[in-house]
Amino acid sequence: MPQRNIVEAINNALVEEMERDPRVMLLGLDVGKLGGVFRTTTGLIERFGDRRVVDTPLAEASILGASLGLALSGMVPVAEIQFLGFTAQGFHQIGPQLAKYRHRSRGRFPCQVTIRAPFGGGIRSPEFHSDAVEAQFVQSPGLKIVMPSNAYDAKGMLLEAIRDPDPVLFCEPDRLYRLGRMEVPDGDYRVPFGKASVVREGDDITLVAWSAASELCQRAADTLAADGIEACVVDLRTLVPLDVETLVKAVAKTGRAVVVHEAPLSAGFGAEVVATLMEEAFYDLDAPVARVASYDIPFPAASMEHWYLPSLERVVAAARRTVSL
Amino acid sequence: MVERRSILKPDGTIVPGSKPRMDEEFLLEALRLMMLSRAYDERVIGLQRQGRFGVYSPGLGQEASIVGSAMSLDPSRDWIVPQYRELMAVVRQGYPLELITATYMGKTTPDTRIPEGVNVLPTQVALAAQLPQATGLAWGLKLQGKDAVVMAYIGEGGSSEGDFHEALNLAGVQRAPIVFFMQNNQWAISTPRRMQSAVPSFSLRAAGYGFPGVEVDGNDVLAVYDVAVEAVERARAGEGPSLVEAVTYRMGFHNTTDNPSRYLDPAEFEEAKQRDPIQRVIKYLTAIGLWDDERQKTADQEVAAEIERVVEAAQAQRGVRPEMLFDNVYERPPARVERQRAEFLKSVNGH
Ligand SMILES: Cc1ncc(C[n+]2csc(CCOP(=O)(O)OP(=O)(O)O)c2C)c(N)n1
Ligand SMILES: [Mg+2]
Repeated sequence: MPQRNIVEAINNALVEEMERDPRVMLLGLDVGKLGGVFRTTTGLIERFGDRRVVDTPLAEASILGASLGLALSGMVPVAEIQFLGFTAQGFHQIGPQLAKYRHRSRGRFPCQVTIRAPFGGGIRSPEFHSDAVEAQFVQSPGLKIVMPSNAYDAKGMLLEAIRDPDPVLFCEPDRLYRLGRMEVPDGDYRVPFGKASVVREGDDITLVAWSAASELCQRAADTLAADGIEACVVDLRTLVPLDVETLVKAVAKTGRAVVVHEAPLSAGFGAEVVATLMEEAFYDLDAPVARVASYDIPFPAASMEHWYLPSLERVVAAARRTVSL
Repeated sequence: MVERRSILKPDGTIVPGSKPRMDEEFLLEALRLMMLSRAYDERVIGLQRQGRFGVYSPGLGQEASIVGSAMSLDPSRDWIVPQYRELMAVVRQGYPLELITATYMGKTTPDTRIPEGVNVLPTQVALAAQLPQATGLAWGLKLQGKDAVVMAYIGEGGSSEGDFHEALNLAGVQRAPIVFFMQNNQWAISTPRRMQSAVPSFSLRAAGYGFPGVEVDGNDVLAVYDVAVEAVERARAGEGPSLVEAVTYRMGFHNTTDNPSRYLDPAEFEEAKQRDPIQRVIKYLTAIGLWDDERQKTADQEVAAEIERVVEAAQAQRGVRPEMLFDNVYERPPARVERQRAEFLKSVNGH
């Protein structure tokens, strides 16, 4: 079976879906000849032409608003926002518009739009490029929020996203783009939304994460295992829809949990996870659920990002503390 | 067709009949800054390749736009609001190059920030976000009766953002004392100018906001300076904003992570080299007897020595320390943030 990293898996998903469905088109900054700043769209303009792979003027609001209109016209747009932080320049087209359009039109105008956007720290990016703002979108009902952490999921969830009749924000963890290859089959398969994956079994504690933090938790679980602590790792995969069942089952089984994310602590999606556990798993808990997140400060300069982001040490320490309670 | 203002032609001769405002002494200073800009870019790209410098967008090929525009300002009262590719403009305005260099070397400390009294706002990476801010700055300076002009920089790419339109529109309405200086370097990363806008000259957009727009050869430091001075004088006289489109060419990569071979036609690049902004000044000064090999050698040595001094001074700056991570988020941080800070310091000191 072919081995692919996340960049290659995304590229492969786009190629296959554009072959399959002539309505699918890509638009965004530098997605053409350059193949995107991370090369996820390499070769697509050569293959599908500049009517289906479009380098747009530099304006996120119009990329997003026009995607909505393209969808209404019968196209299936996949918009790329160069970095998730720059959705800010077009947020009014996402939260209040794209997410709500089905509702605003009383079901007349659903929007089959996918927004792809890389994000995340740890690669010494310039200002605004690393911001993990996924939780900001959770307050936009109507929008699905997809956070793959590996190449297999990235392809399967991107295919699912493009075919979803509702708008989907597909956030790509730039730190993991080329971290390694895994088996990613050619051809059609889908990873359904709202199905968290238990990436590692363990009886002592449950680590809950998504996107790049999921990779971090898997390393933390290795470190903990060396100490005799067996950690279960749950990768939520999608924040909306949230797989409450898998989450609650995995936490109830160990009675202890740590939620890890790259966004600042306060009102990060971890808060939603913990509140859900309070409602659904309170009587199964043996210790307070802990959170390891970035601090409640702006993303710092590259030279300080390692202090800001959740680290292996902090995750392991939080897990040890929670196990000892 | 819009007239493209020009004085100094690529071959180093002067357009007949033109009378540049810039005198020879000032031109020698402009040349020094342009040479410094070029040599600095080349030096720090080398440092970046060794892992000693952050992501960097050089001003290669754009030196006349960068320097000529900044020289129209009076640093003691006027302001510069940069995008990110105007490094020598900001230096000319008074932000010491060694402090900027230290910042790029990861020393993002309070010691290397924009010093008090230097009228420059921070580099803006969120494209065009600086423009409404610059309009507000100019408007406020005017409200307070200050004799100050704001020079706000933007790339032709960034000018597609909604903030560009909103900023220019508001500046027009308020007759704010501001010059919107666009460097049209033909590229926004890999996106060519023709895909950015269907307007034949970006300068024409000014009409939509009710103020003048001028197109100038951005590789001609004499013409850039002239046009900028006119716009600054207009603003100072209370006549409101102007838009300047400096038509230039990005003679390097977008930034140190970019690979232009994927999208750039080498022939176009070679052609652009013929319009080099520095060479034409040297040719001109040579022709009027103010430049020769001897002067070139001395100037090269001085520039090289200045860059060495700057790099050494930057290296001598203290680096970041954990205690700085939580600084300057709030004047008085909330208790919860203070607790996070204490936990953080305990955790880093424990290692
Ligand atoms: C709002 C926003 N969107 C996207 C980017 C990513 N980006 C950084 S520079 C750049 C191109 C800018 O082109 P231009 O304004 O012409 O300036 P130049 O780099 O040519 O000086 C892009 C797309 C960004 N920094 N900000
Ligand atoms: Mg440009």
